Amino acid sequence: MAAETVDISNAMVTAPATLGDWLVVAPVAIPLVFGAVLLMVRHETRFHAGLAIAGLMATFAANVGLLERVLSEGPQAMTMGRWLPPFGISFAADALGASLALVATLVAIVCAIYATKEIDATGRRYGFYPFMLLMMAGVGGSFLTGDVFNLYVWFEVFLISSFGMLVLGSTHRQLDGATKYAILNLVGTTLFLTATAFLYGTFGTLNMADIAGKVDAMRDTGPLMTLTVLYLLAFGMKAAAFPLNFWLPASYHTPSIVTAALFGGVLTKVGVYAMMRILVMLFPVERAVLADLIAWVAAGTMVLGIMGALAQSDIRRVLGFVVISGVGVMMAGVALGTEAGLTGTVLYAFHSIIAMTALYLLAGVMNGLGGSYSLHELSGLYRNYPLLAAFALLLVLSAAGLPPASGLWPKVILVRASLDAGLPWLSFAILLTGLLTTVAMGRVFILTIWRQTAKPAENDTVVAGRPAVGYAALAMLSLPILLLGLYPEPLIRIATVSATGLLEASSYLGAVFPMEAQP
Amino acid sequence: MRTLIFRTIAPYLTSLMVLFSIFVLLRGHNDPGGGFIGGLIAASAFAIYGIACGVSPVRRALYFHPMAISGFGLLLAALAGWMSLFFEVPFLTGLWTTVSILGLPVDLSTVLFFDIGVYLVVVGAITSIALALEEREHG
Repeated sequence: MAAETVDISNAMVTAPATLGDWLVVAPVAIPLVFGAVLLMVRHETRFHAGLAIAGLMATFAANVGLLERVLSEGPQAMTMGRWLPPFGISFAADALGASLALVATLVAIVCAIYATKEIDATGRRYGFYPFMLLMMAGVGGSFLTGDVFNLYVWFEVFLISSFGMLVLGSTHRQLDGATKYAILNLVGTTLFLTATAFLYGTFGTLNMADIAGKVDAMRDTGPLMTLTVLYLLAFGMKAAAFPLNFWLPASYHTPSIVTAALFGGVLTKVGVYAMMRILVMLFPVERAVLADLIAWVAAGTMVLGIMGALAQSDIRRVLGFVVISGVGVMMAGVALGTEAGLTGTVLYAFHSIIAMTALYLLAGVMNGLGGSYSLHELSGLYRNYPLLAAFALLLVLSAAGLPPASGLWPKVILVRASLDAGLPWLSFAILLTGLLTTVAMGRVFILTIWRQTAKPAENDTVVAGRPAVGYAALAMLSLPILLLGLYPEPLIRIATVSATGLLEASSYLGAVFPMEAQP
Repeated sequence: MRTLIFRTIAPYLTSLMVLFSIFVLLRGHNDPGGGFIGGLIAASAFAIYGIACGVSPVRRALYFHPMAISGFGLLLAALAGWMSLFFEVPFLTGLWTTVSILGLPVDLSTVLFFDIGVYLVVVGAITSIALALEEREHG
């Protein structure tokens, strides 16, 4: 009864947390609960798919609610354990984090559905679905946390889960890929941790809103340039930016295709997101100093990435390089640092998450029908599977940035933004990347879909049943791709709100520190 | 390592260590200790039992698969956080209540269940790794 007499308002949040406030943590807390339950019933593999899809659907619903609330009421925050920020760990959702979490959950649902066919009972017993849910909890946490160290923790959560998904088959090739992935990612993680320790030593706080409020006062004394460079290095490695991208092509072609789809779609974007959050929101002045460097890195990543794709003959390896090249395009917006540039980056992130996942799943369906991932062996799929050819055409257009698919508008915005910023060579690099992507993906399309089969007679008899699950997954992803291509206004609006939220952090600060009147 | 002395001692040692781990877990609220270190002690207890008597007796004794224990711990910790939902306070807020068991007041809190969850996660994960390694060695 003593508790009633103590005045807690100096240490704790006294405003009641409504159900609406809970939406901020629900996208993390829901997959965590479902992941835990899945871990408990690991040997009852028949429940896995249903539980996982139900959990992801619930997460998706929470994400939709959160984004809707963020768009109508501005950024939302909740500080764990009721402690006042910056002492408690804050979760803070703005349009950027909420929308990316939503898109990531969408592709996770599609991957979970596709995995019902792709992942057999052995894979499930080894924990595909539990790892997937825990990974999505980590990804959601990364997008929604408002604390730098907590961001590090969520990075670890999804990395460790991704290790589990990567080695699922335990073949020699997978272990080889996973070792490279693990070691190189741990180097990036170590850099991230070092930078975070340094950040805490400088500011005495790790709460992002708190740092954003204090950064101007620290500019004369703090080693902010060092911090920014360290973070650029760490997140550049996570996002697979040139010249730190070598872990991605070494590992993404080894796991099961649905794992690769989820990784290629979601994981690198978390690195780009962290780059935007830390570099653009917390250290804008230092980012401006580094803008030229980031622009060169961006151009190098996109052009050299797509040149790598041209040289490959395994579809999965081609796609790995396309992922890298997309990271370069997104970094172009970070280099510009203008509202238009960041809008392009956010929009490109939406496009890239959906389109890359869809492309990997397409490769999976092709493998299911043609029995190979190699461009030398696949051929003539158009003859028996016209629907597959239609999906493939849409996705190739999407990756290349041609209408009516999703890649067009983000690239238009970015090209225009770099011209406005006086960097014509950067817009040239984006356009050149678009051309080379058209060539690279067109090559895949022509060889696998259009080329005449060498032995048609045999192929007609081997026709397996229509890959219903694969088609369903591709259709679910084609809808948003077409939407983004044909009616982009709502998504451009979300992206613009995200970009302004990064450049003008006062509403974010106000959400985390409601008790202090923000100017 | 399967000497007579070790095999005779191991069950007693294991039970003592598990008991001690629970003590450390409960003590952890106000003193040094807690779920993580308690879990490590319990996991080393199972590892010792495994070294002395083989892996399958440990698996039989645990009854549940170590990863399932781990999952249950994660669930318990997450649900302890979710409890806050019903009291209109933020996620993971510590909630307290006192129940009377046989006339003795016992303080219960979500913090305690969270810590038990951590304990089980650590026990499950480390035991799972240790048993897998021991299996490889003897198999």
